[in-house]
Formats: sequence, C-alpha cells, structure tokens
Amino acid sequence: MFSFEFMQNAYIAGTFIAIICGIIGVYVVGRNMSYLSHMLSEIGFSGASFGIFMGWPALNGMLLFTIISSVLIGRMSVKSSRRESAISAISSLFLGLGILFLAISDKNVSYATNILFGSVIGISRGEVWQVLILTVVALLFILVMYRPLKFDSFDHVGAEVKGIHTNFISVLFLIVLALSVSTAAQIVGSLLIFVLLTLPASAAKFVSRTVSGMILFSIVAALIGVWLGLYLGYLTNWPVSFFIAVIECIIYFLALGWQAIRN
Amino acid sequence: MTETLIAVHDVEVSFSDQHLFHNLSFDVDRKDFLSVIGQNGVGKTTLIRVLLDQLNPTKGYVKKRNGLQVGYVPQFRNIDQDYPLSIRDFVALNLQTGNFPWLSKREKDQLDRILDEAGLTDIKNTRMGRASGGQKQKAYLAQALVDDPDLLILDESTASLDNVRKYELFNLVQHFNQQHDLTVISITHDYDLMQKYSNKYLELRTDGYDSGLVKDLRQREDHVNV
Ligand SMILES: Nc1ncnc2c1ncn2[C@@H]1O[C@H](COP(=O)(O)OP(=O)(O)OP(=O)(O)O)[C@@H](O)[C@H]1O
Ligand SMILES: [Mg+2]
Repeated sequence: MFSFEFMQNAYIAGTFIAIICGIIGVYVVGRNMSYLSHMLSEIGFSGASFGIFMGWPALNGMLLFTIISSVLIGRMSVKSSRRESAISAISSLFLGLGILFLAISDKNVSYATNILFGSVIGISRGEVWQVLILTVVALLFILVMYRPLKFDSFDHVGAEVKGIHTNFISVLFLIVLALSVSTAAQIVGSLLIFVLLTLPASAAKFVSRTVSGMILFSIVAALIGVWLGLYLGYLTNWPVSFFIAVIECIIYFLALGWQAIRN
Repeated sequence: MTETLIAVHDVEVSFSDQHLFHNLSFDVDRKDFLSVIGQNGVGKTTLIRVLLDQLNPTKGYVKKRNGLQVGYVPQFRNIDQDYPLSIRDFVALNLQTGNFPWLSKREKDQLDRILDEAGLTDIKNTRMGRASGGQKQKAYLAQALVDDPDLLILDESTASLDNVRKYELFNLVQHFNQQHDLTVISITHDYDLMQKYSNKYLELRTDGYDSGLVKDLRQREDHVNV
C-alpha cells in the first residue's frame, strides 16, 4: 500500500491532521463551539469553490474565507442566542455561494465532491507540505498560549476575573480553528470536518478529567480513525470519509458507554 | 500600624437609567474582613467591578496598594453537569505565571497545599460537574487562592448553601484570614455571617450608605434592644 506515493501522502497528511484536530477539538468542545466548526466547514466549502472559480488552489480559497469569517465572528459581540441564529443564516448564505461559484467555474462536478467529501488521491506532495506548515503554526499557538487558552476555554468567567485578554485569545483561537478546518478538509472533506474536530474531543470528555488527558485521548482517537479509515478505504475502494465517520462514532459511543457504566 | 490596601474616595457610578452610590468612601486595611450588605440591585456587584478596574467610576476614585493581587469568586459561574475537569485541574487553571504547559514542582506543591487546606484532597479527582454545591464553592475558593493573593473578594458565595455548608465555607475563609493574613471582602445578605466573621461592614442603601466596625454595630443594637 505504501508503494503508492498518493497513499504515502495521504498517511503523512492524515497524521498531521489527526494530531491538530485532536488538540484543537478539545478547546472547541471546552468553548462550546461545535456549531461554529460546523459553520466554518460550510464557509470552507464556499471558499474552496471560490478558489477554484478564481483558478487558485482550493486550500487558499478556504483559508481566505474561513479566516476572514472567523475574525468577523469573533468581533460579533452579540448575545449568544442571537449569535446562533445569525450563524445559521450566514452558513446558508455561504453554502449557496459555494454552489454558485462551482456552477460558474468551468471545472467539472468531481471537483465539488472532492471538496465536500474529501479525496485521498487528491493530495499532492505540495499539499502535504502545506498541511505540515499549518500544523506547526497551530501547534506553536497552542504551546505559547497554553495556560491562558486553557483557562479561558474551561472557565471563561474565572479567566475574565483574572484579567486575561479573553477577546484577544478568542480571535486568535478562531483563526487557528480556521486553519485547522481548512487543513482537515483536504482529507475528510469540508462536510465531515466536524467529525474529526468534535467527536474525538467529545469522547475524551467522557473518559478524562484533565485537559492534557483529554488532548492525549483525542489525538489517539483521531489517529485511529484516520489511519484505519485510510487503510479500509484502500482495501475496499469506499470513501475514506465514510470509514472515518463510522470509526469516530464507534469511539464516541464506547466512551459514552464507559462513562455510563462508571457512574 | 495598619496598611491600607484599598481606599475608595467619593465614588459614584451612573448608568444611563440609574445612579448608584452617593459619595461612597471607605478603606480596606490589611487583614480586614469586610462584609458588604444591601438589597438586591443596590450595586454590590457593581462596586466589586469598580474595585477590580472592570468599570470606571463616574465620579471619585479608587486607590490600591501597588501590586495588589486580588482573588475573586464571582456571583455566577457557568459550570454545568457535564463539565469535565476534575477539582484539581479546575483549581490549577488559575496558575498562570509559568510559561510551560505542565506545572513546575513548586506549582504542584502550591496546588496540593491549597487543596489540602480547603479540605479537597480526598475529592480532588471528582469532576467539577459532579461536585455538590458546597464542594464547588470550596473549589472556587481554592482556585481564587491558589496563587496566593493579598485580597479575596467573595460575591454571595453562600447563596446556594445550607446552614452547615455555609459555616464550613466561612470557617475556611476565616482560617485564611487569620492564619495567612488574607484580607477579605465578602458580599452577603446574611447578617449572622457578617456578625460572626467580619470586623468591618459596609451597608449600601439606595439613598446612601453606612459603614464602620461590626463591634460598634453590636453595641448600638444592644442599646436599641435595652
Ligand atoms: N452595565 C450596566 N449597565 C446598566 N445598568 C447596570 C449595569 N450593571 C449593573 N447595572 C444595574 O445596576 C444595578 C446594580 O446592579 P448590581 O449587579 O451591582 O446589584 P447587586 O447589589 O449586586 O444585586 P444582587 O444582590 O441581586 O446581586 C442594577 O439595577 C443593574 O441593573
Ligand atoms: Mg450581585
């Protein structure tokens, strides 16, 4: 299997993506932002189609759209109830735009399915490098901001009292989230990003009681899904995203069951 | 000699639709245990926000001792049932001076000491979401105290506690006040707590305020009663 360069690329990129999604996911779950990562994936799709329409690499379009919208969302200091409905409205708009860009670009339909559902064969060496760089940037951010980010994500009120610049951290985190969403979309596709971003971390919440423990569990769960998913996809020729989704769901429900038994 | 940590001078706060405090002035000295009482909506939490520099007074000023470290247990916290972190990890969130993700030996000692003093060692691995109301309040207290502040501010920390837990929590605060020279400002609706634990009081009213020593208050009440 590894004699094929595309499989090598998929495994290398997939490993980085699993690591970064595993880590970032813990903060996404801590900050109750699952719905937001869902929206970012739709915006990512829209950005990718825009990139294709402009004749750029899809990843660049995604990065452009997701980062800009992250910053805008971060500055939207409206009440959270209003915020969720605003986010649903914006998501619909971006989905529509994505479909429009694809329709008016001269690329064929398989491009659209690649963006939406992911494609193993689609990953080139150049894209592997992009994924690597984005992963390093995200990891550096987490490392430098570890303590304040942890405080703000798991006790926002306490962090504010402490005088931590929670708005600043929030915007930075959203940018890193945008990076991760765009990166993960390369393999699992933009519609299934929340699988890697939220399921391993949500499962980790049932199993571990420390942030570091949750991060560790979440990385392992994401890695199992990606590695096994790629392997099964290679064997069966079925979509990798399907296998990843199934594996992560199994891990999630096992963790849920484990927690139920322990209580 | 008393050392003044906070001096409030002629403070007033105006919001668009209302006006709080009337030339409010008082001092908080080292080792004081000040109870702030007053009806709902009179401005107790707002006063704390002014003391914490989260809000600028419309009039007057607040002077604080240089480098004053404040620990604060706010009135409302969003810790739900599913909250995953253990009490120990929750308390450790407030250790913010180190640069590494992991805690140093000194920080670990600090953490274990505060858990021990707060009587949380046996349940340190319990999830915060699953802890009882009294255990949660102790954990909030331990978190506020883990980095060894000079001043502790409690905003109605006993509101949800039964009579036993209430005194348990305040005995703990008193322990830090007496053994570690911790200065305390406590917002409460509970006259009994105020009388039992604090040396100073500040009563806010819509039309003014009253402040002084609790022991004078007692004497005055005795006179009234006689
Ligand atoms: N940012 C604000 N803008 C406008 N009004 C405010 C603001 N913050 C507080 N208030 C008003 O100031 C008054 C005092 O509020 P505060 O929360 O300080 O009361 P409190 O004494 O702590 O009450 P409680 O005992 O219920 O906690 C309230 O009427 C509140 O509506
Ligand atoms: Mg209040």
